[in-house]
Amino acid sequence: MSEERNIQNGTAENHAENRGKAMIHLEKLSKTFPGTDEPAVEELTMEIYEGETVVFVGPSGCGKTTTMKMINRIIEPTSGRIFIKGEDVTDANPDTLRRNIGYVIQQIGLFPHMTLADNVATVPKMLGWDKNRVSERTKELMELVSIPASYGSRYPKELSGGQKQRVGVARAMAADPPIMLMDEPFGAVDPITRDRLQDEFLRIQEDIRKTIIFVTHDIDEAIKMGDRIAILQERSVIAQYDTPERILTDPASDFVEDFIGSGASLKRLSLSKVGDIDPANWPVASLEDSHDDARRKMRESGKEHVLLLDGERKPRRWVSMADIEQNGVPLKEAGWPAIAIVEARASLYDTLDTMITSYKGSAIVVDDDGRYQGVVDFETVLASIEDMRPQDANRPDKTQRDVTR
Amino acid sequence: MNSLGFGEYLLSRWDNLLETSIQHAQVVLVSLLIATLIGVTLGILTYRRPVAAQLVLAVASTMLTIPSFALFGLMIPILGLGFTPTVVVLSAYAVLSILRNTITGLRSVDPAITESAKGMGYSNWQQLTKIELPLAWPVIIAGIRVSALLILGIAAIAAYVNGPGLGGDIFSGLSRIGGANSVNLVLGGFLGIIVLALVFELAFAVLNRLTISKGLN
Repeated sequence: MSEERNIQNGTAENHAENRGKAMIHLEKLSKTFPGTDEPAVEELTMEIYEGETVVFVGPSGCGKTTTMKMINRIIEPTSGRIFIKGEDVTDANPDTLRRNIGYVIQQIGLFPHMTLADNVATVPKMLGWDKNRVSERTKELMELVSIPASYGSRYPKELSGGQKQRVGVARAMAADPPIMLMDEPFGAVDPITRDRLQDEFLRIQEDIRKTIIFVTHDIDEAIKMGDRIAILQERSVIAQYDTPERILTDPASDFVEDFIGSGASLKRLSLSKVGDIDPANWPVASLEDSHDDARRKMRESGKEHVLLLDGERKPRRWVSMADIEQNGVPLKEAGWPAIAIVEARASLYDTLDTMITSYKGSAIVVDDDGRYQGVVDFETVLASIEDMRPQDANRPDKTQRDVTR
Repeated sequence: MNSLGFGEYLLSRWDNLLETSIQHAQVVLVSLLIATLIGVTLGILTYRRPVAAQLVLAVASTMLTIPSFALFGLMIPILGLGFTPTVVVLSAYAVLSILRNTITGLRSVDPAITESAKGMGYSNWQQLTKIELPLAWPVIIAGIRVSALLILGIAAIAAYVNGPGLGGDIFSGLSRIGGANSVNLVLGGFLGIIVLALVFELAFAVLNRLTISKGLN
């Protein structure tokens, strides 16, 4: 990989890569709570770039939530400065500041005495939008977070936990703030709902590209959600501030390595899409082809099977040489059905999972419409794993090969 | 004059009873309004200050321990007789449960809700008026209701200072017990207060429906 040496702290000098402008700049930010000697956050300096999701992750009590809450000054810093878009907001009017920063907390905090529409419309109304614009925006947001618009007149108590969380996110986005702060937003829902909310959120963020600060204690969630992860230790000291890929392949310290826990290599696989690796060169034929054509394609490739596609290039059947030799059987019925199909955007982790349970240990990659893109097998996946590894790391290849056998 | 049966008494005196009942209700309502203003304001000022809250609650509780008869008596040299001392004493009795419920109600608002309100840019005043008071309202209104029932009864004693209301009938009946219609006077007064209590209950049920958000029950 041609990437630079990983970044170990968040100062601007180290971010030599080409990236958006700094949206938030924290300078020597400290917080000591009254009645305590130890600071909860000590001289934190970091920069957060426009359009990125930055995840603060760390053990409980490391000060990650305190740090986040200082950005919209729910907690006032003891010392240090906060800059947003280059402007010093440390002493700005906190109410005005907060109306431009979306805020979602774990307990959600929907207003129980207001309807969902009124909840979502809170900030736009405060900003004095006219009625039509408010109601249009409310509908649009409800749709965005998959809550039927007809629910607008309902009250929060009528919703499930996952629905409440969606409305909470919609409410935070209502006035289209450039920045969103999210404190363990999916912490209080069951794992299945959490997974779905995370996926939905990633889908939304792909469109809106807000600058998001996301706090969690769950490294897996951090890896999934973050464009960049700040691993924090005691007093909010940055242990590593980097992309998930580099944190997993090249942890900056023992602390980071411990925090990631075991299975870093496997976690790394969940970050790569199967569509991004070079598929194996595999022979394909059409269902309409003659037996001779199929035979010839197989011989030329040197493989033992050929994949048959239908008129729309969707994978249909696998056939072997022996299947084709039976001239009497039409290709449509020869061999066995094509299973183990993954979409190009599936992670390598999910692809491997499919391959392990599939016949012959390979998976067919298709695009969004189900059309054939390629075939991956263990050899191709292994080759891409080799690429991920940092050159200097001396990790035993053997373990990984053993896993796949 | 012969004593009438209670039924005949009611038939012959219903207009008079109705009038004193309305006066009784008026003095209770005015006192309740004043007590609500005082109780809710004191509650808002003190709910975030534990020491101050304890202090005002202690003062309001002490008021309740003074026998109403004595308190009315104490008012005579200061405020004289009639409507004014009646309202002052009734308000003093009504403040406690309104104040206590205001403090309890405001304190029981989920901190996550106030935090998210703050995080969205509500000023302190907006937080109070748009979030905290509406959420505490069911508890506050319950306090007002308890106070209403309490002073409906106490208002009868106001006859001692020539206050308006049903107390007058009860007092004059009791003072010449054994005389013609004396029992009827007392019973009429009692009945009036009971009917008023039922009317107030009904009014509060309607008020609850109209003023408490459907999201809260």
